[in-house]
Amino acid sequence: MPTFTREEIEHLGDLARIALTDEEIGRLQGELNVIADSISKVQEVASADVPPTANPVPLEAYLRPDEPETPLTQAEALSGAPKTEAGMFVAPRILGSEE
Amino acid sequence: MTATNELVQLSAAEMAAKVRGGEVSSRELVDAHLEVIEAAEPSINAFLHVSADEARAQADAFDAKSADEKAGLPELAGVPIAIKDMIVTKGIPTTAASKILEGWVPPYDATVIERLKAAGMPILGKTNLDEFAQGSSTEHSAFGPTRNPWDTDRVPGGSGGGSASAVAAFEAPLALGTDTGGSIRQPGALTGTVGVKPTYGGVSRFGAIAMASSLDQIGPVSRTVLDSALLQEIIGGHDRRDSTSIPEGPRPMAAAAREGLKRDLKGMKVGLVKELSGEGFQPGVQARFDEAVAKLTEMGAEVTEVSCPHFPYALGAYYIIMPSEVSSNLARYDGMRYGLRVMPPDDVPQTAANMMAYTREAGFGDEVKRRIILGTYALSAGYYDAWYGSAQKVRTLIIEDFNKAFETCDVLVSPTSPSTAFKFGEKMDDPLAMYMNDIATIPANLAGMPAMSVPAGLSDDGLPVGFQLIAPQQRDEAMYKPAAALEAALEESWGGPVWQSLKTPWLGE
Repeated sequence: MPTFTREEIEHLGDLARIALTDEEIGRLQGELNVIADSISKVQEVASADVPPTANPVPLEAYLRPDEPETPLTQAEALSGAPKTEAGMFVAPRILGSEE
Repeated sequence: MTATNELVQLSAAEMAAKVRGGEVSSRELVDAHLEVIEAAEPSINAFLHVSADEARAQADAFDAKSADEKAGLPELAGVPIAIKDMIVTKGIPTTAASKILEGWVPPYDATVIERLKAAGMPILGKTNLDEFAQGSSTEHSAFGPTRNPWDTDRVPGGSGGGSASAVAAFEAPLALGTDTGGSIRQPGALTGTVGVKPTYGGVSRFGAIAMASSLDQIGPVSRTVLDSALLQEIIGGHDRRDSTSIPEGPRPMAAAAREGLKRDLKGMKVGLVKELSGEGFQPGVQARFDEAVAKLTEMGAEVTEVSCPHFPYALGAYYIIMPSEVSSNLARYDGMRYGLRVMPPDDVPQTAANMMAYTREAGFGDEVKRRIILGTYALSAGYYDAWYGSAQKVRTLIIEDFNKAFETCDVLVSPTSPSTAFKFGEKMDDPLAMYMNDIATIPANLAGMPAMSVPAGLSDDGLPVGFQLIAPQQRDEAMYKPAAALEAALEESWGGPVWQSLKTPWLGE
């Protein structure tokens, strides 16, 4: 079963956008290996003929009535923002730049 | 505090009767509970925020209504309630017990909150939980653990330890929780309270902070079975803002609970789930469970053992599906539109991606990071079929086990939790040991079945034990009847409710 290497945990941290510390990476490596060992037993019974379930209470898709309603105001939508300017969210630059 | 004590120890239905009879006002109920909250919180820490002003204003607004207006409201009108801080409340801080949402004040109400407000039920405050409802002890709260009123050196269970402790300690007559793998029922078991996970889709999740969307369900916390039934009828029923909401009204649960109080279970078929007892369950827990089963038999129920052979795979499937959904749902905490933003250190490029990584590193606790990383792995290319795909198949097998059991049984039963309340720190360094707390509660979440925990008495360590009942999908009332019957029969043998053994120094006794 999967054995997590340090590099794999670092890579997963990158994918999940969490700047894990060295200490956290080491600890997660040990913990995830134990957890993975335990949960991988699901494969024992997951044979090809068993269909998967995503929603335990499947509903038929239906259309709701097309009725207009008032959404959040701009001020409400911005009320929790870390940084705003002129009624907009302010984000850091998207691309890194070489100086 | 004598008058206060008498008032707060009533059931919610009894409080409501006094309100209707004009003996007590909603404002007096709110003030009595705020008084208890102030006295109890230094030792219990069930609340992350007490919304005293809002609660008083809501109570006054209810009291000012005409008799005609009040007559049109649900039975619990005027009775106050506490809300797990996993459910958004307009104008009242909502944190999910995470630093990443510290100080966030939502601009909208969850559907369940709108329904409580429409029912004239004042909101006392927001209760503590494991961060983003991830944990079984409330120790993973970023704002300190909640203590168990039965022994303040022990955990109240989790993730909804705050709601359960608040109700157990008489700080609130009712609370709302969220249950993804047992977060309402296991704290109910550990604090001697009633906790209900409705059928998946039975109560709107709009405004419930998403953890694992195919498993999450909002439900009631109370001290009596009837109180939970009355509350579930208020919060339940279709909501077009939740696409998984079942397009039907709430089930007749209060009538079923009242029927149960007659203690006649003749003809009812009760299934004992073989895989959810015995090994791994504390002897004291098993003993109280067996006694409760005997009570069901005495009341005329036919009890048989049923096997659900795939239940031993439920924990594994849950710890693949849940983290996968967590990793996806919690991607929204990116420091852009609300919540915490932490910029990278000066020697790291000041980009949006780096800001996100440093924000999430600073804002999430250990357990949340563990689950996000595990879920990111389970969903990554090359492993998806082996992990997520297999887990979804196990989910099918577990639903089939349930369906087969319900061919011959009206309701299934098991102990709610394998152990009574454990000490702080006991399981914090061993995630797997912590996960085992939910071994009996997880199958119902995976299958969308309604399930509840009711007090089964005290174990040999003097701590509460929970008795779990599971009903078929969309038949929530089927568990309320035997639950109410069991509650009545047990209380008769104890000479009163389980909490008569609870020492409550915060009530000045």
